Amino acid sequence: MSKLSIPVRKFDAVIVGAGGSGLRAAIQLSEAGLKTAVLSKVFPTRSHTVAAQGGVSASLGNSEEDHWHWHMYDTVKGSDWLGDQDAIEYMCRKAPEVVVELEHFGMPFDRTDEGKIYQRPFGGHMSNFGEKPVRRACAAADRTGHAMLHALYQRNVRANTQFFVEWMALDLIRDQSGQVLGVIALEMETGEVVAFHAKATVFATGGAGRIFYSSTNAFINTGDGLGMAARAGIALEDMEFWQFHPTGVAGAGVLITEGVRGEGGILRNSTNERFMERYAPNAKDLASRDVVSRAMVTEINEGRGCGPNKDFVLLDITHLDPATIMKRLPGIREISIQFAGIDPIKAPIPVVPTCHYQMGGVPTNYKGQVVGDDGTPVRGFYAAGEVACASVHGANRLGTNSLLDLLVFGKASGDTVIENVRSGEIGLKELPADFADRTMARLNRLNTQTGGANVNETRLELQRTMQKHCGVFRFNDMLIEGVAKILDIEKAVARTEIKDKSHVWNTARVEALELDNLIEVAKATMVSAEARKESRGAHVRDDAPDTPANPNGRDDVNWHKHTLWHRDGNRLGFKPVIMKPLSVETIALKTRSY
Amino acid sequence: MEERQRLNRLRWRCTRRAMLEMDLLLGEFLDRVFPTLAPAQADAFVILADMEDLELWPLVNGSRECTDPVQAEVVALLRNVRVK
Ligand SMILES: Cc1cc2nc3c(=O)[nH]c(=O)nc-3n(C[C@H](O)[C@H](O)[C@H](O)COP(=O)(O)OP(=O)(O)OC[C@H]3O[C@@H](n4cnc5c(N)ncnc54)[C@H](O)[C@@H]3O)c2cc1C
Repeated sequence: MSKLSIPVRKFDAVIVGAGGSGLRAAIQLSEAGLKTAVLSKVFPTRSHTVAAQGGVSASLGNSEEDHWHWHMYDTVKGSDWLGDQDAIEYMCRKAPEVVVELEHFGMPFDRTDEGKIYQRPFGGHMSNFGEKPVRRACAAADRTGHAMLHALYQRNVRANTQFFVEWMALDLIRDQSGQVLGVIALEMETGEVVAFHAKATVFATGGAGRIFYSSTNAFINTGDGLGMAARAGIALEDMEFWQFHPTGVAGAGVLITEGVRGEGGILRNSTNERFMERYAPNAKDLASRDVVSRAMVTEINEGRGCGPNKDFVLLDITHLDPATIMKRLPGIREISIQFAGIDPIKAPIPVVPTCHYQMGGVPTNYKGQVVGDDGTPVRGFYAAGEVACASVHGANRLGTNSLLDLLVFGKASGDTVIENVRSGEIGLKELPADFADRTMARLNRLNTQTGGANVNETRLELQRTMQKHCGVFRFNDMLIEGVAKILDIEKAVARTEIKDKSHVWNTARVEALELDNLIEVAKATMVSAEARKESRGAHVRDDAPDTPANPNGRDDVNWHKHTLWHRDGNRLGFKPVIMKPLSVETIALKTRSY
Repeated sequence: MEERQRLNRLRWRCTRRAMLEMDLLLGEFLDRVFPTLAPAQADAFVILADMEDLELWPLVNGSRECTDPVQAEVVALLRNVRVK
């Protein structure tokens, strides 16, 4: 029996997250007349989706011939055959529909002379099953994510979606049968803890890139959805797969676009050598992201890094004409001055491979339902966007496929909720008496802790450990050591202490609660990475090199399967990759080469 | 609202933004420069911090000019911030 009671608000659906995926799901629900609450840590149009510039993919064929089946092939290949082919077919087939819908919601896409949506090429997107690059990315100048969020937000305002802004969801509510009945959340302005009791709960909380020291992700990406799911007994899928971008500013993480190398930027080590000539004699500095990242890490590991700690390499554009830099690479000079403290016209920019995107997440099917280890839906629970693993990105995401994922699976999860509510499969079940106990105990522990660990220092320790032991290039001994270290850090997280115990706008408390989520993601990542003894997509191990028997180090015999990390017992399970698409033939396993 | 609460709210809005660049810049500014601002400048900063990132970033990187003179002073200070 519960000792504590908290206020309860009732809704048909509660969506946690107001980025692209949450807002897209909310449109479906509100327009269908469901009473829908959307919770967000920040005002919706401040969600991280804003940072996406490149575009959203769809085989509209506006500029040249294209087909969803080609898009599907590229996505399966990009995923290094770890993506589920039913979900990938679904996403690629739905792409034209959701992009045109977004246009009707008011998205100001760039246009061709004939007034169609303009499309440009993007890495990995090809025509005719990998033959040559195709123009598939739709964009709104360099502010695609921003424009998308605004269009979706306006549509939600029209549909009367109820927003709870600057609220942090803390935990899922699940009953004995495992059904999800809503979330418990904290209002930052008052410090009040409230239950959102709902027939359906949709997670759209975005990524967790802040587990790494060097990350292109904004501070908000603390993996709250993953932490909440893990604490509620939901396994996390394929968490070893993180995409790194080769050129983040060392220390700050701010992204330096590929365009800099496109314009002639050169990577150099501490001896001023153009080291990419050794790793990729033809493409050199323009080799693919993973090749460049690995070369950079090898240079650093072999002692040829730069700076006092020899922990970065240099991106040199000092040989370019300053006028070219200003014209072709706008903003790069300002970024370098503000975030690296150097003027790139005069000195090279310190860079390191930087965490960019999370491929794994809360396991779902292509309808947006969260699923258990055997694929059975968890009643009342749905997820979409970067927090979810459908799994369409598998071991490696293609650029512009993430914004597409938000639209397709945001919409699909909304549609499935409507179907499940209307069929009576889910309803407003009674809350168990002790539903708030676990959360209140966690808050109480934090409020009363003395002599505990400092939140900022513990977070930093976690991030440094992930970067060092589980970065872009992985080593068996480092991973084994990394697991032990992360479990030590977990002990510190369990006894974090905050000095400020007040209620109103206590940001120290919120940051401590975010750290509770980061640690779950860090454990899941480290343990899954240690276990997977092959190289595949973004997961590259030094002891699983490219051999004739296992090209690129991939071992399909033993490792063509998804990992499922369980918080309880810190253990791993596995499940097969879904190789059967919905309507077409399986895209059979093949070596991934471009 | 108490001063401390107001400052905490401002801190949240400066360090939970859409773009990493702005988290870093505004967070650093809040720690190092904000305490030294004149009251009118502090008010101007609060207004700037309320802007969306894609409105504020062009002001900071110089691709757009600020029309309000006090805001322009604060933007000039923001431009001088170096995040290390
Ligand atoms: C620099 C950068 C550039 C990118 N460019 C592209 C691109 O060009 N094309 C592409 O396809 N992809 C791109 N991506 C990836 C893509 O932007 C993201 O994967 C995507 O925007 C994530 O959207 P989302 O809806 O899942 O989450 P987000 O947009 O991150 O939103 C998450 C939401 O959840 C809320 N939230 C989180 N935790 C809680 C909690 N505990 N309580 C309440 N609310 C919570 C937040 O407030 C927020 O509203 C880029 C990523 C980065 C970092």
